[in-house]
This record gives sequence, C-alpha cells and structure tokens, in this order.
Amino acid sequence: MKRHWLATPYIVWMVLFIVVPMFLVLFYSVVERTEDGYRLTAEHFHRFVDPIYINVLIRSVVLAVISTIICLLAGYPMAMILASREYSRKKIMYMLIVLPMWMNFLLRTYAWMTLLERKGVINYVLSMLNLPSLDILYTNQAVVLGMVYNFLPFMILPIYSVLSKIDQNIIEAAQDLGGNNFTVFRRVVFPLSLPGVLSGITMVFMPAVTTFVISKLLGGGQFMLIGNLIEQQFLSSGDWGFGSALSVIMMLLILLSMGIMSRYEQESGGGALW
Amino acid sequence: MEQVKKTAAIFLVLAMIFSLTACGSNDGDSNQNTTAAITVYNWGDYIDPTVIDDFEKEYGINVTYETFATNEEMYVKLSSGGSNYDVIFPSDYMIARLIKEDMLHKIDMSKITNYKHIGEQFKNLGYDPNNEYSVPYMWGTVGILYNTTMVDDPVDSWDILWNPKYEKDIFMLDSQRDSIAVALKKLGYSLNTRDEAQLEEAKQELIKQRPLVLSYVGDEVKDKMIAGEAALAVVWSGDAIYCMWENEDLAYAIPKEGSNKWFDAMCIPKSSKNKEAAELFINFMTDPEIALRNAEYIGYSTPNTAAMEMLDEEIRNDEAAYPDLESLDNCEVFEDLSDIIGLYNRIWDEVKASQ
Repeated sequence: MKRHWLATPYIVWMVLFIVVPMFLVLFYSVVERTEDGYRLTAEHFHRFVDPIYINVLIRSVVLAVISTIICLLAGYPMAMILASREYSRKKIMYMLIVLPMWMNFLLRTYAWMTLLERKGVINYVLSMLNLPSLDILYTNQAVVLGMVYNFLPFMILPIYSVLSKIDQNIIEAAQDLGGNNFTVFRRVVFPLSLPGVLSGITMVFMPAVTTFVISKLLGGGQFMLIGNLIEQQFLSSGDWGFGSALSVIMMLLILLSMGIMSRYEQESGGGALW
Repeated sequence: MEQVKKTAAIFLVLAMIFSLTACGSNDGDSNQNTTAAITVYNWGDYIDPTVIDDFEKEYGINVTYETFATNEEMYVKLSSGGSNYDVIFPSDYMIARLIKEDMLHKIDMSKITNYKHIGEQFKNLGYDPNNEYSVPYMWGTVGILYNTTMVDDPVDSWDILWNPKYEKDIFMLDSQRDSIAVALKKLGYSLNTRDEAQLEEAKQELIKQRPLVLSYVGDEVKDKMIAGEAALAVVWSGDAIYCMWENEDLAYAIPKEGSNKWFDAMCIPKSSKNKEAAELFINFMTDPEIALRNAEYIGYSTPNTAAMEMLDEEIRNDEAAYPDLESLDNCEVFEDLSDIIGLYNRIWDEVKASQ
C-alpha cells in the first residue's frame, strides 16, 4: 500500500473515460432541452413503457439467453477436450479457436451474410446435393447463429482455463472411491468448473444482449434488439434523451443479471468473479 | 523448438506492426507536401473515386473523404459538432433545414464558374430559391426496381409491395422519409403531410407490410438485387440504373400514385475552415467532364446539361434515368418538416420496432 501514486494514471483514465461519460448518459436520460437550458423530466423513461419497446427488450434478452445456452452446451465439451491430457491435437484446436479473433469481427459477420444468402455459398452447395435450400438470413435464427459464432470462444476459454487447473489427483481419488465417469463429472469436475462456467456465461450474455452489429447485418436493418434501437436514437433520430434512457435501462439489466450471477456463485461456493 | 516458434511469432508481429506504421508515415509525407486539406462528406457509393485523386493532383489540396447513408445520419453528425466538414451533399429538404438553422455558408457563386452548365430547371428550386447555398449534384426519383423473371404482375402501383405473393421477396429502404413516403403515396396522401392521423395510417400500412419485407437495406440493395436475392425493391433511380446495367432482368417503374423526386446538391457547412478550397472542389465537381465521369460511374442523373449531352445516347434517352421533369407532376419534392421531426421519428421507430 506504499505506492498509492502508481494507481493515479488509472484513476484519471477511469474518471475521464468511464465515470464522466456514465454521468453524461444519466444526465441526458432525465433532462429535456428547453429554451433556456435543461429541465428535469421522466418523459424518456415514460416513452419506453410502451409494449413496442418492451417487446424489443424482451426479444433482446430472449435471443441472448438462447445464444448463451447454445454456447454453453457446445462450448463445455470443447473445453473438456482441450483440457484433457490424452488428446494430442489440442494445441492445434486451441489455435483454431483463437485464430478467428485475429480477424475483424465485422468482416466475419459480413462473411456470414454472403454464406447465408438465398443464392449464397451454403445454398449453392445444398442445391448441388439436391437438398432443400436454407432461407434464414434476416431472421432470428441468423442472429443467434451470428452470436454463437462470434461469442463461442468467450465461453470455451474461461471453462478451459478452470478445467485445466483442476488437480488430477482429485479426479483420481473420486475414481478410486468407485465413482463412474458420469458421477465423477457430476459430483467433482462440474462443480469445480463452475467459476469458469459463470464467467463464460457473463462473457457471452453481455455482448449478446447489447450487440447491434450482428442484428443489423444478419437480422436485416430492423430493431431486432435494443442495441439497434439505441443506435437509431443517436445516429439518425438525434434523440439523445431517449437513447440515454434506453442505455440506462440496459445498464440496469446487466447489473441485475450480474447480481443474480454473483449470488448464485456464492451459494455454489465457487471462486469470486466480480 | 518452442524457443524458435516464439522468436518467429515475435518477428512476424513486429513485421506487421512495422508495415502498418510504414503506411502511416507515407501518408504523413504526402500531407506535408500539400498546403491545404478539405473534408468531404458524401453519400456512400456516390462518386467516381478517381475524381478525388484528380482533384488532389490538380490543386494540391488533400481530400479526406467520408460517407453517410441517410440525410438524418448526416444531420446528426453535423449538428453534434466535433466534425468540420467542408463540402456536404444533402438532399433538398435537408438543405432547407440546414439553411433555416443557419448551418450553411453562402457559396460565392462567382467562384463556381461551371455553374452555367447546370440546367435551368434545376435552379431556383424551393429548397434554395435564390441559388445561394447549393450547387446541384445529382437528381432522380424513387421507384420500384423489380426482377422481371420473378414478378409477373404489372408493376405500376405501390400496392404490389403489399401483395402477399411476394412475401419475403421485398426490400425496403432503411430511410425514414423515403419509406414513410411510400406508404403515404400508396394511401393517396402527400408525402409532406403534417397530419398526424394520416401518418398513423401510414404507420399501420408499414406495420402490415412488415411480414412481407425481407429486410430494410441501404446501399447493399444494389448487390442483392443484381444477385437476384429478392423480386422487388424500393430504390433511388440512380441505383436502379446501375443495377439494370449489371443485370438485364431488372426493370424500374415509378408507380402511378406518384412518388418522390429529389435533388442532391453540394453545400458548404458553417463548420468549414477552408471555404475557398471547398468552392474549388464544388466547381471542379461541376466541370462537365468530371460530372460526366461521376454520372457514368454511379448511374445517377446529372443536372449538368453539358455533361448530359456527352452521355451515351442510350442513357440520355432512358426514361428511368432522364424522365421528362414535366411528366413527373405527381411526384413531389420533400419539404423540410423538421418542426415535426419528433412525430416522424416516433412513427419510424414504431414501424421498425414492431414485429
């Protein structure tokens, strides 16, 4: 604790680029511009309480939850394979998971547009094989696909890192005590990997619920998600008040889900994440 | 072995960083050679890019080129400050709004020696009655681009965009005024309506249409229509012409209920720090040779009569590209409705948020 001053640059940075902008967002969400300055108003939040906007929020949460579940179901076995000692190609696999992240996220999503088009690559191959065509571009399925594709590594990597640190002796002890593979997994491995699972869930859910690029490109310029609604307020309607109010609601939602997660984590006795 | 790999990786990363910074410093050098710089803010896909290089070479003025997708996006960027654009390309109603809000410089028309090439019918228009703030760049209409192999009904009315037969085969414009105008015209109202009841009706029409629409799109509509991704699309006439060049199955129609005719012009915003260079740029763009190159490259219709005379006869006589302005009497020009813009914003938000 002697070197407090070392923290100064970080504090300045955080105040300038995190605290001040947050207060600006809060400010804009509760004021209204009048002839001579600003006036306090609840108008922007009131506007949100309309079935149309509530539905947008619900849709965002539902799609993000679905994507998170798919990522977990697909990512956990992958993480186990990576962490297993027997599998010899895991280094290559690890590399291949990380590799796409070297490429720009937008570019990868654009690539999906070309793949999924009616006359795109996937449909071309399907029609060559005389299979029915796949028409999912500009639908919720395409958005979920885009989210899973882009965020899957954020699920795999934290689980992998926790799994690979589990003491092999514990697993062997469980086996010696007569547990079959499933029991060992259910009673020992999975509970020990929970911190990684929880961290993976947060790291997938948060970008998924706030994304606007994936839904815009693969969902077709509609307000599929709340991120698009916020983008519209700032970039084309110029309604900073409503946009800020939506952002505040979004932040509250994330805070809430993090709160639930951390409570669950304490109950399960996992390591602290937040 | 591990060590070798690590060294190789570090080497590669360094090589990449150096190649990036090398590019950066090259740009820096060329900046230093030039005396002035301007920033141009134009629609996406709306210029022959080699024209910019030629301008830079001829005048030694460095051009930073940025693009926008809708007038509204341009306005928000311009009015929120922090940007200093020297030349912008707004449409008619947006020019009227910018003039009203005192955001445009008067252009010194004595510097725009090429202004004489602009057709008389493009001067003294409602948005800039005395030709003080804007120099016309392109003009056109809004209509329906359709694929003749996929549409067998006659395309002469906006109603076809509500025909369930073409479910998920329709592209709409992701642009507030344009899409609301389609619904208003379908209902037989003015596209400059201030009547909230009429706008609510238009909103209901658009919400009703939502299940039929494949997507609300911007510039990508061109690639999609050329590739045959959908049967019908609402487009600006110039984009239609470009698409018809690329795919012969496509055709363009202006519905009988009337549509929007529009004019995009070059203006100098008050934030400009280099008005003289901006005027040089506008004059350069109005040069018949340059206007011709732009028109041929992007497919839009030029208001520059000297350039038009040099165009291929085929294009010049194309009804879609150069319709008789007189014959478009049921087409309206957008007026500035910024005083009730909140209403339009709300209608558009609700259309897009519904599902």
